[in-house]
Amino acid sequence: MIEAEASTSQLEAVARRVRREIVMAIAHAKGGHLGGPLSATDILTALYFHVLNLRPEDPDWPDRDRFVLSKGHSSIALYAVLALRGYFPVGELATFDAIDSRLQGHPDMTALPGLDMSTGSLGLGFSAAVGIALGAKLSHRRFTTFVMVGDGECNEGIVWEGAHIARRYSLDNLVVIVDKNDLQQFCWHDPGSASRRAPYADAELRDQWAAFGWAVSDVNGHDMAAVIEALEAARAVEGRPAVVIAHTIKGKGVSFMEGNFRWHSRVPTDEELTTALAELAEPALQTAEA
Amino acid sequence: MGLPPGKALRAVLGETLVELADKDPRLVVVDGDVASSSGVESFETVHPERFLQMGIAEQNMLGVAAGLSTLGLIPVVSSFACFSVGRAFDSIRVLIAQPGLNVKITGGYSGLLTGMTGQTHQIFNDVAIMRTLAKVTVLAPADEVEARQAVRAMVATDGPFYMQVTREASPVLFGDDYRFEIGKAVRVREGPDVTLVSTGVQTTRVFEAAELLADGGVEATVLHVPTIKPLDVEAIVEAARASGFVVVVEEQSVLGGLGGAVAEALSDRYPVTIKRLGIQDTYGESGPNELLLEKYRLSAGALAEDVRSLLSRRRS
Repeated sequence: MIEAEASTSQLEAVARRVRREIVMAIAHAKGGHLGGPLSATDILTALYFHVLNLRPEDPDWPDRDRFVLSKGHSSIALYAVLALRGYFPVGELATFDAIDSRLQGHPDMTALPGLDMSTGSLGLGFSAAVGIALGAKLSHRRFTTFVMVGDGECNEGIVWEGAHIARRYSLDNLVVIVDKNDLQQFCWHDPGSASRRAPYADAELRDQWAAFGWAVSDVNGHDMAAVIEALEAARAVEGRPAVVIAHTIKGKGVSFMEGNFRWHSRVPTDEELTTALAELAEPALQTAEA
Repeated sequence: MGLPPGKALRAVLGETLVELADKDPRLVVVDGDVASSSGVESFETVHPERFLQMGIAEQNMLGVAAGLSTLGLIPVVSSFACFSVGRAFDSIRVLIAQPGLNVKITGGYSGLLTGMTGQTHQIFNDVAIMRTLAKVTVLAPADEVEARQAVRAMVATDGPFYMQVTREASPVLFGDDYRFEIGKAVRVREGPDVTLVSTGVQTTRVFEAAELLADGGVEATVLHVPTIKPLDVEAIVEAARASGFVVVVEEQSVLGGLGGAVAEALSDRYPVTIKRLGIQDTYGESGPNELLLEKYRLSAGALAEDVRSLLSRRRS
């Protein structure tokens, strides 16, 4: 199992690099989102570097697994992963949110190859993913469709409209990942606490998906090996759609961003950027600096 | 006097989709639990595997249609105009219009005549809304002859479409030799006194109004605009030249629909007096069709009176 462990540590290194690219891109663009992209990073890395069957050199390969980032405001995380996976030059991340860039604030499938749906208005990407999975069944095609939603996104009624249809058509070729970072943009007031109240308590979201007839599993969304195992297990579910509830930390990897709703879409100062990049450096480098 | 009776456009929609699906395995129908009303029930009977029931959940229905289209399938969405446009607008805007996906949205029970439902099911600005979405083609056929061809053209042409489909049986305007073309308006009558511009089934009532006007010595040009977007600006300019006085008539709000489109085009190209007849800035109500058409001034008789009155005021 040494090889698997080595692979996991490589993926963890990729995820650290992704986080650095995210923070640099947002600082450079002076806009965008940070908290959500950082909570989703390990899962996106696991998907694009291990789980998904794809060909970066042929992004329209018909038999590829599909991925829809329904929480489209985390686009910079997806862009960083796609760039590192070879879809486009990493240097292009500096064009994020710039005029005429292919890297739009929210993913635009007409602008950038490798995007399976345009998303950004919450809940809609999930619905389109249900359509892709349904179409795959109709056309007897064997790929799996993965879609990531946020826990805040589960506020949207369309998510539950789609959850009903996916169950009704037994879409076992559909895997939903809920990036449950326990925050949304503003959340609810939590009396007596400096923090904000999570959109869904621990078991609440699990119970809701289960009530819709889905196969539900939980995973620590920052444990690379566990994420891969959970995603592969969800893909293997037969007869009904599967949801993986990934327990994550908003702003993961940067101490002063973690769990703070203000970092949903704040831009770091130069000093904050320096601190963040130091925290996200490779362990060897961190040791050397210490 | 008057046009011969014909089929309801919803029946034509269902028949045509069944015929097309026999030859084209890409065609699927996505229904919002209204197939027994929208005309596509026969599609489920003939092609059950390609009839996808999305239940009473229109936002998701349009989203699913977008997803289906990315695999090369051609989804035709069956719902009422009030729901497919009114309820699911954001799904259309973000998932279908912006990416330009190949989804065919139908707006059943369009306009005033919705079968005694009252205002909740009557939407008068679906054309106004859909024509402001870039990349979307907006169709409103007049009769069974045109609707049959329009459905075929819509399915055969890549890109997002919206098509109004009416509930009630309506007269036949066109002969078998008529050829519908996306983006082309057609003059169905010539006359020097006034130019009447209309769309959808309302054109049949406008045509009959023109015949009534002719009995009183007023000869109207009638321009039928089955494609509201892209608009046939040249045909509208030419028709406006014919009389110098344009009256737009539609079974829609006078705000933003065909009247708005014609006013925009003519103010750019050929400024001329334009009057807009249709549903005023108000909501609808229940009632028998004939009485609704009279009350909202869309029947041939009411239109003939109102156009005559506009003409006399213009001369005085």
